[in-house]
Amino acid sequence: MSGFADYPKLDATSLADAIVSKRTSASAVVEAALARIAALDPRLSAFHTVLGDAARARARSLDEALAKGEPTGRLHGVPFALKSNMCVEGVETNCGSKILAGYRPPYTAPFVQRLLDEGAVLVGMTHMDEFAMGSSGENSAYAAARNPWDLARTPGGSSSGSCAAVAARFVPFSLGSDTGGSVRQPAALAGIVGFKPTYGRITRYGLVAFGSSLDQVSPFTRSSRDMELVMSVISGADEHDSTCLDLAPLEPERSDSVRGLRLGVPKEYFASGLDADVRREVEAAIGKLVELGATTVPIELPHTEYAIPTYYVVATAEASSNLARYDGIRYGPRKPGDGSLQGMIAATREAGFGPEVKRRILLGTYVLSSGYYDAWYVRALKVRRLIRNDFDRAFESVDLVVCPTSPTAAFKIGEKADDPVAMYLSDVMTVPTSLAGLPAVSVPCGFVSLEGKRLPVGLQIIGPSLADARVLRAARVFESATKHQAAIYSLEGAGA
Amino acid sequence: MSPTTSAPAIGVVSKKTGVRWIPVIGLEVHCQLKTETKLFCSCRYEFGASPNTLTCPVCTAQPGALPVLNREALALAVRVAGALGADVAARTKFDRKNYFYCDLPKGYQISQYDQPFCTGGGVTLASGKRVRLVRIHLEEDAGKAIHDRGDMTLVDLNRAGVPLIESVTHADMQTSDEAYEYLTALKEILQYVGASDCDMEKGSLRCDVNVSVHPEGEGWRTKVELKNLNSFKNVKDAIEHEIERQIEAYESGDKSKFPVQETRLYDATTQTTRTMRSKEDAHDYRYFPEPDLVPFHLDPAFVEKQRSMLPELPAARRARYQSQFGLSAYDAGVLTSSRALADFFETTVKLSGNPKESANWIANGVLANLSDPAITAKSVDELPFRAHDLAELIELVANQTIHNNVGRTVLRGMFESGKSPRQIVKEQGLEQVSDEGQLESWCREALVGKDKVIADVKAGKTKAVAALMGPVMKASKGSANPQKVQEILLRIIQTEL
Ligand SMILES: [Zn+2]
Repeated sequence: MSGFADYPKLDATSLADAIVSKRTSASAVVEAALARIAALDPRLSAFHTVLGDAARARARSLDEALAKGEPTGRLHGVPFALKSNMCVEGVETNCGSKILAGYRPPYTAPFVQRLLDEGAVLVGMTHMDEFAMGSSGENSAYAAARNPWDLARTPGGSSSGSCAAVAARFVPFSLGSDTGGSVRQPAALAGIVGFKPTYGRITRYGLVAFGSSLDQVSPFTRSSRDMELVMSVISGADEHDSTCLDLAPLEPERSDSVRGLRLGVPKEYFASGLDADVRREVEAAIGKLVELGATTVPIELPHTEYAIPTYYVVATAEASSNLARYDGIRYGPRKPGDGSLQGMIAATREAGFGPEVKRRILLGTYVLSSGYYDAWYVRALKVRRLIRNDFDRAFESVDLVVCPTSPTAAFKIGEKADDPVAMYLSDVMTVPTSLAGLPAVSVPCGFVSLEGKRLPVGLQIIGPSLADARVLRAARVFESATKHQAAIYSLEGAGA
Repeated sequence: MSPTTSAPAIGVVSKKTGVRWIPVIGLEVHCQLKTETKLFCSCRYEFGASPNTLTCPVCTAQPGALPVLNREALALAVRVAGALGADVAARTKFDRKNYFYCDLPKGYQISQYDQPFCTGGGVTLASGKRVRLVRIHLEEDAGKAIHDRGDMTLVDLNRAGVPLIESVTHADMQTSDEAYEYLTALKEILQYVGASDCDMEKGSLRCDVNVSVHPEGEGWRTKVELKNLNSFKNVKDAIEHEIERQIEAYESGDKSKFPVQETRLYDATTQTTRTMRSKEDAHDYRYFPEPDLVPFHLDPAFVEKQRSMLPELPAARRARYQSQFGLSAYDAGVLTSSRALADFFETTVKLSGNPKESANWIANGVLANLSDPAITAKSVDELPFRAHDLAELIELVANQTIHNNVGRTVLRGMFESGKSPRQIVKEQGLEQVSDEGQLESWCREALVGKDKVIADVKAGKTKAVAALMGPVMKASKGSANPQKVQEILLRIIQTEL
């Protein structure tokens, strides 16, 4: 491989430091990233589009700026990837769907611009479940990304490619989007850090909408300190999004300790359905946090069992409306149908959307229909409130909640593809926090062995609203006391 | 009771059956708000701009784009609510109204469903009747689909996202005249507030009508919605036609012909309506709260501030012009027909101190010139002179510097050149002549050979002197002071001849 040889070993913080202190250059780093992608991505399918020339050109100009002594950003020369539902002017943003094949947005999302302004280098757009609807990447109209720990398995979803790209060390960080767990669940399944901030911490302008009241831009990183860094760059008020909170960018906490933190352990998350090996690893991780000075408190989140049905009413209702704009009139491939307007719209959507997207549009249309609205949508909003109340009550006596991120380790591609409900249940531990709008991180906390493969397990740390920095501090302290984050997959011939 | 002594009865008496049918009419009016930018993005809007040039990612519904509420639109809407005496809600929200159409880029319209920003209020007609409003809500306009280009439909999204207020009345009107009067009054108010141009031709005001009829003393019957009404006259004609159609249908006795709940399109050329869609085809709009815009509270101080910015409204001004200035109801109506005209009138009054003459000069002189095709200015906003100049003209006539008729010439000159009245009088030598010597010589010339007039005056018929005024004025080219001329003529006849 060409370029900077240590590239796969370093996180974003170290890479930026190495470039700015001139131990390497942005060009060498970008070259290393592109070489690694070229060598390994044919087996992983993380990337839909690799922006080789653009990334090289940008790295060169960053190197020139550095040579001239111009001020450098906090991510100077650091390569990154974006989920294909994020808008960058002129770069194909297809949302994993045929209906947006070839669509190039006329604008750049502000959260992407903030990364670019800090010197980060976009190297490509990643595969995803169509319109972020899925938990395995298999609903992509293009390709299902693979889990680097076992190529037969999924890296989770829906931010599959962005997750695989960081797990395979193609890039030190990437952005995904988390609506019901689409960043935390993959992070757990692929052994990296994934963080969904408090709803409203990051602007959604330029993130293609799925479930507007749930969607949050959510980064993947290899280290918790990188997560703090990336969050401090992309979070904060934005005038383009009315639901974005009027807050300053996230400021990482200085503390290096979890001493005195009260950790709530919800019994509903350790019930049947949780894989025994995953349970063992998560309990060990909680034990580690106690060793580090935290205390645990058993808590109850009694409405947890209603989270999945509630989520599938709220998210599909919003999606059915959000996806109405894909009518073939202004962008995307158009099918003429019978030549009438309604015929054209129907034919375009029939050909453009995959089965899972159609299923959810139908579901969402149904729950909003007159006569059903009160029984489904209105009731779901009430249950959503109850779920939020569960957490509010718990946070009266604890500082954070700890639990598994996913009930199982990575499952095989094809294993749940024909059973949507089984697929929906893989999000059972991430959906409640999404409904409550709370910050939650998944950090690597151990491994299980399945069919001779080591598969990562994630610990989920949930905080009260706006306690994003506290959540990330706990993740950082846990990470520095353990070695899980340093472990890397053993893809044949590609190990670190 | 004889029809000549009773108040005019409402309703329409069928010639066929003698049954008195009572129409029930309600109006839904959409008005574009005159804001700098659209409701949810920072695009400008201008009628007639080149298609799809006034657009951005938000109003063309690019994936990932989000709406942000324009506070200026909200302020204007709240001001309208104040002008219509409506209550502004403390808390309001937006909802999505979902349907597919090529001019609706998002596949939904951001509107207000169950929590409009304002309820109640109304407009009082000249008869004293109050047309009550159910609600007013804020929503975004759709784009424009152009269907008459061969087999193509073209879509122009310039209009997409322009702020609209939709006001819905109770079914309080019973004649097409009342509907017409309501629309006129509403338009006047919105224009006064500066909220909308209310120009139906440019689509900045659109009106849908609900009509039903029932025999006097019975309950209300099925209402029919009328659309595609492109002028106030269309509204009036369509209502009249629809009332007639419904009465005829009921009187046919054939139940299959009875009016059904439906939407009918009006065709102005044939002056008829035809079915557009029946109740069964009605959309299920699947309204739900817009998740991209959080519910918001309208701060009472903000609402109060908007109210305090309201100008005096046309009805109040008309009343005041009659009581304070002693104007006729007709003149007061003419002068308040637009806010700009009324403001111009009041400034003129302030500067001239002469309300009656100001009213005369504006209602007759200024408006007559504005409607003259030879004059460039077409409205009071386009006048080439200011109220200050008109006040000066009124003063010149009042202090007899110029004669009233000369004043008209001067006004014409002001329209043509924009010069001040004094300047025009000076340049054209129009100043009224009061010099006794000059006047006397014109008078003596006029008396030559007018023995009959002289005899009449001497016999005590002083009014006969009027016959001599013309020649004197002609000789002086209108500049002679008529009062002085009369005095001199009488003096000469009575003392010298
Ligand atoms: Zn716009």
